[in-house]
Amino acid sequence: MKERLEALRSEALQELQGVTDPQQLNELRVKYLGKKGALTEILRGMGALSAEERPVIGQVGNDVRAAIEEVIETKQAAFVEAETQNRLRAETIDVTLPGKKPTAGAVHPLNKVVQEIEDVFVGLGYTVAEGPEVETDYYNFEALNLPKDHPARDMQDSFYVTDDILMRTQTSPVQVRTMKAANGKPIKIICPGKVYRRDDDDATHSFQFNQIEGLVVGPNIRMSDLKGTLLQFVQLMFGKQAQIRLRPSFFPFTEPSAEVDVTCSQCGGDGCRMCKHTGWLEILGCGMVHPRVLEMGGYDPNEVTGFAFGMGVERIALLKYGIDDIRHFYTNDLRFLSQFVRM
Amino acid sequence: MNVSYQWLREYIELNGYNGERLAELMTSGGIEIDIVENRNKGVTGVVVGHVVEREKHPDADKLSVCKVDVGQEELLQIVCGAKNVAAGQLVPVATIGAKLPGDFAIKRAKLRGVESQGMICSAKELGLNDKLLPKEQQEGILVLPEGTPVGKSILDVLAIEDEVLELDLTPNRSDCLSMLGVAYEVAALTGRPVNLPQANLNGSSEPASGHIKVAIDAKEQCTHYSARYIKDVHIGPSPQWMQNRLMAAGIRPINNVVDVTNYVMLEYGQPLHAFDADKVAGGQILVRVAQEGEEIETLDGQVRKLEPHMLVITDGTAPIALAGVMGGANSEVTDSTVNILLESARFDGSSVRKTSRQLGLRSESSARFEKGVDPARVIPALDRAAALIAEVASGLVLEGVVEAVSAQPEPAVVKVSLSKINGYLGTELSKLEVETIFTRLQFAFELSTDGVFAVTVPTRRGDITHDVDLIEEVARLYGYDNIPTTPIEGATSPGALTKPQAIRRELRKRLTHAGLHEVISYSFTHPERTKLFPALSGDVHPVRLALPMSEDRSVLRTSLLPQLMETATYNRNRKNDDVAIFEIGSVFHTDEETLTRLPQEKHRLAVLLTGNRIGSQWNRKAEAVDFYDAKGIVESIAELLGVTKELSFERADIEHLHPGRTAAVVLETERGHETIGYVGMLHPSVQLSNDLVDTYVVELELAPLYDEADFAIEYRTLPRYPAMQRDIALVLDREVAAGKLIAAATAQGGELLESVRVFDVFTGEKLGADKKSVAIALVYRHAERTLTDEEVTELHGKVVSNLEQSFGAELRK
Repeated sequence: MKERLEALRSEALQELQGVTDPQQLNELRVKYLGKKGALTEILRGMGALSAEERPVIGQVGNDVRAAIEEVIETKQAAFVEAETQNRLRAETIDVTLPGKKPTAGAVHPLNKVVQEIEDVFVGLGYTVAEGPEVETDYYNFEALNLPKDHPARDMQDSFYVTDDILMRTQTSPVQVRTMKAANGKPIKIICPGKVYRRDDDDATHSFQFNQIEGLVVGPNIRMSDLKGTLLQFVQLMFGKQAQIRLRPSFFPFTEPSAEVDVTCSQCGGDGCRMCKHTGWLEILGCGMVHPRVLEMGGYDPNEVTGFAFGMGVERIALLKYGIDDIRHFYTNDLRFLSQFVRM
Repeated sequence: MNVSYQWLREYIELNGYNGERLAELMTSGGIEIDIVENRNKGVTGVVVGHVVEREKHPDADKLSVCKVDVGQEELLQIVCGAKNVAAGQLVPVATIGAKLPGDFAIKRAKLRGVESQGMICSAKELGLNDKLLPKEQQEGILVLPEGTPVGKSILDVLAIEDEVLELDLTPNRSDCLSMLGVAYEVAALTGRPVNLPQANLNGSSEPASGHIKVAIDAKEQCTHYSARYIKDVHIGPSPQWMQNRLMAAGIRPINNVVDVTNYVMLEYGQPLHAFDADKVAGGQILVRVAQEGEEIETLDGQVRKLEPHMLVITDGTAPIALAGVMGGANSEVTDSTVNILLESARFDGSSVRKTSRQLGLRSESSARFEKGVDPARVIPALDRAAALIAEVASGLVLEGVVEAVSAQPEPAVVKVSLSKINGYLGTELSKLEVETIFTRLQFAFELSTDGVFAVTVPTRRGDITHDVDLIEEVARLYGYDNIPTTPIEGATSPGALTKPQAIRRELRKRLTHAGLHEVISYSFTHPERTKLFPALSGDVHPVRLALPMSEDRSVLRTSLLPQLMETATYNRNRKNDDVAIFEIGSVFHTDEETLTRLPQEKHRLAVLLTGNRIGSQWNRKAEAVDFYDAKGIVESIAELLGVTKELSFERADIEHLHPGRTAAVVLETERGHETIGYVGMLHPSVQLSNDLVDTYVVELELAPLYDEADFAIEYRTLPRYPAMQRDIALVLDREVAAGKLIAAATAQGGELLESVRVFDVFTGEKLGADKKSVAIALVYRHAERTLTDEEVTELHGKVVSNLEQSFGAELRK
């Protein structure tokens, strides 16, 4: 019986050697190891053996089964591996073709700049105040120390609707409204918004544009605080290396008043075309709030002082992104807008 | 104000400062200087020549051959093409080797066979602005006055070795509209003294009052009128030095008398006017406002209709000048004028401004009066001008000033304490430092023992009225750069965006992430555009600008959509075919035809989609946007703002939107159901007229969304028991809205019906022309136990039969 088992082993191993597909392998498994297979057939004769022979032959039977199973499993694994390889080969794609990108739009560059400035000042403890774009002459001019017939009104040629109502020429009326609403309490605000001035449109002028103004009113606000605040702002906005330079100027609603230059962001102050070789870019106007404006805002100028500053959003966007023409902001060409998708 | 460097040196020492450095110094002190212009545009080697002989060129009709003496041993032979060249003239000659502007070198040349040893120059060729030249010098070669030394450099003769500083003055610094004012400013910056001009009135003892009388009727508008009488003048060109200075300042020389008035105006900032005294009837001057229907022909030849508020100078009957604006033709100084009535007066700025604006007539004089003139200079300027007229027009100044004065402003005394200065600026200036600054400004002051400066502000600095004005003077002369930078002291409160501000930010984020670009359009539009969507514009009058720049930008927008449509058309015309854009901005509504109060400003969100949803790609077919893209955006916003349950869509038919593809967006609020906007397709005819293909739009009012928005997350625990889903397909009339089916099913299903979702809709011949099939998935679940099949079947049966009965629907098997 032992001989028959050995013969079965070599016959099975030989036959398994020539197997080429999984189905054939399965047929052989059934043929040799199945319930009605050859091995079972032989071992059925075990009953006729003696008690001494039985374990010996049993052991041989198990060895034969194990040997055949091992070969079958190896073969099986090889078939699975081959099949996997085939699949991977078949599924190979050109990874250099474009992906299915979720299309994203862009926040308008002017609003991007506004949001960035808002974030800087909100971080410094300011709130954002807003007001109407159509204003009364009183809030736009008179309460800002610009009585009717004041020559400084020439600085801002306005779009009037009636004698007393006009498109605001500056966001400063929001300051007045906020002061009046504050009832003498300290305030710290910035006011972004659209403003309108009669101007022939060209590459650097637009009759509609955006401003952001800031106003701080409280006890003991000093001009040195204004300088400190502006320095902090430009360094957060334009980088740690940015410096400021103040030049005396005039605004009817501030005294003293100043124009503020910031280190040219293009050349870092060495001088280039953008800064007309001065190393500085003019970006802000500012000053200490005029006592008459404080009075009209409901404050006692002997008790509180304040500073205010303002800047043109378009100008900052032009400088920040190197844009060549202010009109792009309002024609909204998608080839322009889509350049601002970055965070 | 254009300031000649060489002229300024007459009033203040400028050693150590060239034009450029002076400009820097003044700019740092607050007088901004835009440009420093070199008057010499590149002239060398040009000298004064005497035309000794002039003959016609033998072979050219238009050329002359001249023999010119330039102070060398031999006469130069020069061929000249100018018509006005003549023997005896003194002219600028560019000799061989000379250079003219534009790097134009003069070489020996032959012109039509005749040798030319140089060139006789026109003013233009010397780089002078010909608009500023006296009329007779604008054409042909420049003819110099008699007595100009032959051989002298033209740079000296015309004083063009000079720089001109262009001052960009802020409205408060009108004191620098004069050479003296600039000199005082430079004095304050450098600490050097100012040299005042002299007026030598060694004239006649005959009293002027015998010839002229002055009276002021309009005492509000004219507080001081002074006049002098100058006899026997000879009108002619003014001396070259005076012409040079006027031209440097940008003023065209006219004649000696007029030039003096302009010269002294530039010097003192006080506008002056010279009348031909013999044309002023009876030598009588009466200052009054114009009478109804009066007219005057001004010096520019225009006849101007006057209004009763306008201030005029009259001879007692008729106007002879528009006070402070321009003289009248009827009293103009001409070549035959012999006697001069010279005016120096103080007119009210706002009156001059109003007149000048209304007549559209601005002059150097009106510009100065508008901004304010130093009242203390009325008489010194009058005297100075009278003396100069005597000098350059050989007149005789009669004795005495004839004047009328109704008010004479005194210098203001303004007080400021040292502690206020330092507290305001954040500085630690000493008494001495502040004293030095006031001294340099030539402001007299007294210092009290408790540190208060009582400063007497000269009338030339009318801009200084408050303590803060003095503080600014201290700050700018101390140097803004020397003020420290400090943090704000005291408690700081945290900043934050308001709810509407935060919502607008989130909307921008959501919409851009959904692939839309944000746009900003103009608030001004054409009136027709405001009528496009009455449902969005309200039944209102658009707000109209009083003086629009064009009809296209004459009214305020009442809806955001017309502008978005323009933007879409603009982009499609540039082959940007797929447009997905939004705008957040204000629209302006009023029910008043003429505003008496501010219009309503409403924040709105508008969206426009046209073309393809996603550009086609190698592996993805292009799909056109449709109504549901636009609606989906609104749903996405509702989800973002937590108002999904409160928001519903109702079919709507509004003008200029497609009647079958438009929904009103309805928000449920405490006040009830409000239509807050629309989502729809542009009407095909509107698309056609705007050059657009199928275009879907949304416009929403933001204020109700600001109110209703709820950011609180309502967490619900995850379900622990399984759900059962039943799908049905109903065949029903096409008009039946799916929304109604869902609402009916939801109502019938009660708590156990967790969700109802449409997953397929189709039409087809098999169903019948007016029918459609709607497939719905219904999910049932109990929160606390597993539902049995029987329970679901029973409930589902009720839901289905309700739908069948309510909508005439038929269940497809």
